Amino acid sequence: MNLFEALRIAGNGLLANRLPSSLTMLGILIGVTAVILLVAVGNGASVQINNQVQSLGANVIYIYPSNARGSGGVSQGFGTAQTLTQTDVDAINNRQQAPDIVAAIPIAQSGGQITYANQNYFAPTTGTTTAFPTVRNYQIAEGTFFTDDDVAARHRVVVLGQTVVDNLFGSTDPIGQTIKISKQSFRVVGVFATKGGTGLGSQDNVVVAPITTVWAYLTGERGKVISQIVASASSPSVVTQAETEITTILLQRHQISDATQADFQLQSQQDILNQANSIATALTLVLGAIAGISLVVGGIGIMNIMLVTVTERTREIGIRKAIGARRRDILIQFLIEAMVLSGLGGALGIAVGALLAREAPNIPAIASSSFPTPVVSAPSVVLAFCVSVAIGLFFGIYPANRAARLHPIEALRYE
Amino acid sequence: MITLEGITKTYRMGRVEVPALQGIDLHVGRGDFVAIMGASGSGKSTLMNIIGCLDVPTSGRYLLDGTDVARLNDDELARIRNRKIGFVFQSFNLIPRTSALHNVEMPLVYAGEGGRTARAREALVAVGLADRAHHQPTELSGGQQQRAAIARALVTNPAILLADEPTGNLDSGSSLEIMKLLATLNAEQGRTVVLITHEQDIARFATRVVELRDGRIVRDQRSDP
Repeated sequence: MNLFEALRIAGNGLLANRLPSSLTMLGILIGVTAVILLVAVGNGASVQINNQVQSLGANVIYIYPSNARGSGGVSQGFGTAQTLTQTDVDAINNRQQAPDIVAAIPIAQSGGQITYANQNYFAPTTGTTTAFPTVRNYQIAEGTFFTDDDVAARHRVVVLGQTVVDNLFGSTDPIGQTIKISKQSFRVVGVFATKGGTGLGSQDNVVVAPITTVWAYLTGERGKVISQIVASASSPSVVTQAETEITTILLQRHQISDATQADFQLQSQQDILNQANSIATALTLVLGAIAGISLVVGGIGIMNIMLVTVTERTREIGIRKAIGARRRDILIQFLIEAMVLSGLGGALGIAVGALLAREAPNIPAIASSSFPTPVVSAPSVVLAFCVSVAIGLFFGIYPANRAARLHPIEALRYE
Repeated sequence: MITLEGITKTYRMGRVEVPALQGIDLHVGRGDFVAIMGASGSGKSTLMNIIGCLDVPTSGRYLLDGTDVARLNDDELARIRNRKIGFVFQSFNLIPRTSALHNVEMPLVYAGEGGRTARAREALVAVGLADRAHHQPTELSGGQQQRAAIARALVTNPAILLADEPTGNLDSGSSLEIMKLLATLNAEQGRTVVLITHEQDIARFATRVVELRDGRIVRDQRSDP
């Protein structure tokens, strides 16, 4: 029996039971729509995270103090040691020793209430040096960044991110205004251009000041602590070499011969990206699996209608057997019918899912939230279609086998 | 064409064994037109099922067109039915929602043979139903449906035409037409026809009448048409 004939017979069978067939198809349609849509959301989240991490700069390397070891060798937790110094930063900034590094900056973090007039706001204050915009890939939108003189003289100047400006100043021009951080006065000299990005902590919610100023006025008793060093490699492709150079410099400077005992840790943007991707992949898989359950339910619907169909068409099966259909012919006929049903439902589900994914960003409630824009990927479409056809095959086997095993005489007698 | 030797068939109804056929010896030659008669319960349906390769005998030998079919498996029987037997049923048994032409093509589909449409049309012409080729069974009269069924039985050019009460659901006018058609196919094309019936009037068209009672042949008589 050829495929065209089988498809014609299957079509005939489905048309004979229009309503039940459509309802069964609806079951698969909903399942496939859910799979396509949820996987698209997972993909969207992945793309969003990627973009965000990329916006931080793909060539950035973070250097953290490692776990401090107490006298008994007790590890005291990530970042507890204060092993990084300004001389480490200077060494990494030495082009002879670290040719693949463009610049390295020290970072000192401080939290604090920020006030301007009657407005107040909370944002972390970052103490650093003049290479900050280069390393962290910030543009100045207004005013200027602070200068080496500001750093040397501990001038109380700050550069603000757009989110901070919006919250404190409203429509007032912030340049030249004085704000207070933890009751200390600072003059605003510049505003960063918006970087965008949500989720992982906004890149625009920043206050940046000279590190010497932060040490002098904000970190108080903790002294000249460098919580991390951020270095930027000359290109994303030399990040690995740059990491090696930094490790060599710091091991040598800290007089550590065994790299496993290092009192610092490196993390590149690539590492963060990999982590984020594995989370996004897991998210996509979980969403897909949840949607997959509805596909299984749809498959049971297929089995149900195929069993009904086989019973209703017992006589037809008898006739076909009498005129020479073998078991295989009957089996294939009903399997194809089940697969046409589920495949058609799957194709429609893909169409509906893709349509919803495309229209989702136009829905105001979604557009205004940070919900990721769904991205329908070709593999998910192909997979969803194949899975829906496979479900027809799987759930069609039992009914089709039942049809194929009918005895022709009894089937012919069936009323 | 057909040789039955010592055919028996016993059905099991729970613990009771019911003998339906108790040793049938029958030879049907090429070009014969045999009517198998008998009251209900005489075993004529069982005999028809065995001749039609829908069932296998409990014991005995059945040669159909030189092939011993008594011990074949399901798929082999399906192949024999497809190639060597053309069925005509009492209730026509056309496949619903399928045009006469497609119904007639069906055995060729299972045979995997080409030129189906042309051969199906030819068969419809032979039974005088060419103008109804694209009608569905529900759009045909009983007589027309039975003609389509006969065309379907003929299309594979089978060794025998096996008609089980072909006029049972037809009015007398249509019955006459169908029987004339079968007689013509026998007389002019030399088709071997085995007819199962309980009506004398219908058996009259055959050239040989075999009568069954309690699973045995009690009469085997040739008559000139």
